[in-house]
Amino acid sequence: MKRLASLTLLALAACASGPSDDEMRDDEMRQRAEQVFRESFTRGNPVIRARVEQQDDVQALCTRYRNDPPKDVAAKIESEQAASIRYPAPGHFLGDWRRGEKIAQDGYGMRFTDPDTKRPNGGGCYNCHRIAPAEISYGTVGPSLYRFGALRGTGEAVQRYVFGKIYNSQATTACSNMPRFGHNGVLTEEQIKDLVALLLDPASPVNQ
Amino acid sequence: MADPMRIRANMLGDKVEVRVLMAHEMETGQRKDASGAIVPAHFIQNVTVTHAGKTVLSAQWGTSISKNPFMHFRFKGGKPGEKVTITWVDNKGERRTDEAVIGGGS
Amino acid sequence: MSFPRLLPAVLVGVLAASVPCVCQAQDDTQKEVERYRQLLAEGNPADLFEAKGEELWKTPRGPRKASLEQCDLGLGAGVVKGAFARLPRYSADTDRVQDLESRIVTCMVTLQGFKQEDITKNPFSAPGRPSDLEALASYVAGESKGMKLAAPLDHPKEMEAFRIGERLFYRRAGPHDFACVSCHGENGKRIRLQELPKLTDPNDARKIFTSWPAYRVSQGTVRTMQHRLYDCYWQMRHPQMDYTSEASIALQVFMAKYAKGGEIRAPGLKR
Repeated sequence: MKRLASLTLLALAACASGPSDDEMRDDEMRQRAEQVFRESFTRGNPVIRARVEQQDDVQALCTRYRNDPPKDVAAKIESEQAASIRYPAPGHFLGDWRRGEKIAQDGYGMRFTDPDTKRPNGGGCYNCHRIAPAEISYGTVGPSLYRFGALRGTGEAVQRYVFGKIYNSQATTACSNMPRFGHNGVLTEEQIKDLVALLLDPASPVNQ
Repeated sequence: MADPMRIRANMLGDKVEVRVLMAHEMETGQRKDASGAIVPAHFIQNVTVTHAGKTVLSAQWGTSISKNPFMHFRFKGGKPGEKVTITWVDNKGERRTDEAVIGGGS
Repeated sequence: MSFPRLLPAVLVGVLAASVPCVCQAQDDTQKEVERYRQLLAEGNPADLFEAKGEELWKTPRGPRKASLEQCDLGLGAGVVKGAFARLPRYSADTDRVQDLESRIVTCMVTLQGFKQEDITKNPFSAPGRPSDLEALASYVAGESKGMKLAAPLDHPKEMEAFRIGERLFYRRAGPHDFACVSCHGENGKRIRLQELPKLTDPNDARKIFTSWPAYRVSQGTVRTMQHRLYDCYWQMRHPQMDYTSEASIALQVFMAKYAKGGEIRAPGLKR
């Protein structure tokens, strides 16, 4: 089953006349690596394990192309990911920026030491981004979001854009490093709205 | 018996320069374990360094000193070949003494 | 005659967290972190682990009451100096590629009679439960200090391990779509205040790969490469990786290629 799925993916990506010799060898190596992967987490948390053993289409493609897919593959990823975004009702993109700051600071959730409680997942945004000026312990994997609303505007169009970006970053950038927080069920719609407010609410410290 | 200290003592001009690394948990008594119970305080309270029978350093520590403490100090009056002895005593009454020979150096 | 109590200059290395200066510029923050690290480096508690590891290496232990002194780490039975600089590598006796820790485990099983399941059950220390493997790894790694990393990449199994490791490095999975490359694919980035090496850049790899194992202040113990990978996978929302799994060794073969020529500074000191 997996072999068929993987060959289909290759065909999708390669179009033309079918897999070349190089691609067949690549495919063998890929399967060997997948087998090694499966055999290396045998004692781990089974729920978490099931989640990572099977890559989804986007993860498989981005792995194959090392996050630099050809233009046509990238375009297909972006349009499919964009189509799958579940937006809130129009006019309802802004949540509470104070809650958003907490979500941005919090890296909790979905690790094998995070017990299965009712505690919501965090966004861990400060791990990669500069956001509010008071926090100097910020990462640089992603761009600075300081003064985002002040610079880009705070109207509904921008709000929709930011919501979409957090929900599914690959709708605009195929194979982006940024997790697809909404699409993958990491953050709820409410939480994403709070983050939109953190970035775009004129009263948020981000925009002072 | 606690694990040995690592002591290095060398001449630095006319002073003896000593570096000592001590193996100790240095529990503050504030930490909670996985079940939520307080981990009891267990920390070095006194450190004494002697040379030729005289105390050259005496320290009283508290819970702000971190795990596996490191101390670096100098004293006058020692010569290569002579011994430096270090003793720590913790709040449970456990103790450890180690010694080192003063090396040459600059 | 009484001698006045001397008040020598005492520099107590307090390994508690230190808050960097409140500066806006990224450079200033980084400089302060570097200064703090230099202050800490003198009293690296990894020394204690190296000493403990040497004692464990030379003491007869286990059901066979034998020491590890006849262990073959790749350069011949009993040769410890320089062995770490040539790992990971293919081992004929086990017919697989092995890293530092899996080789130590092999020796503990074959020479000392320990059971594999017993010694690999809790390989990482926890409060109140020290780990012999951490001490042993510190000792063996320390015996290559100052040498240049030169893990071989010529045996077919080593080359296969490289390609598997390469694929795993780029493998995106889980709810955060993370792969190793997500954090280790670019120069000059950091998570919060922790700089990230670009592991496919020899300039970074040579400095960072060879600083493991290391005393981790936040963990209060020496952590090894196996723990580093286990910890990475934890953050990547993956499950617990099996100790000395084939994936862990394949990833090390991959990284060691880019780190080739790096000076071994293990055991190091990290946050």
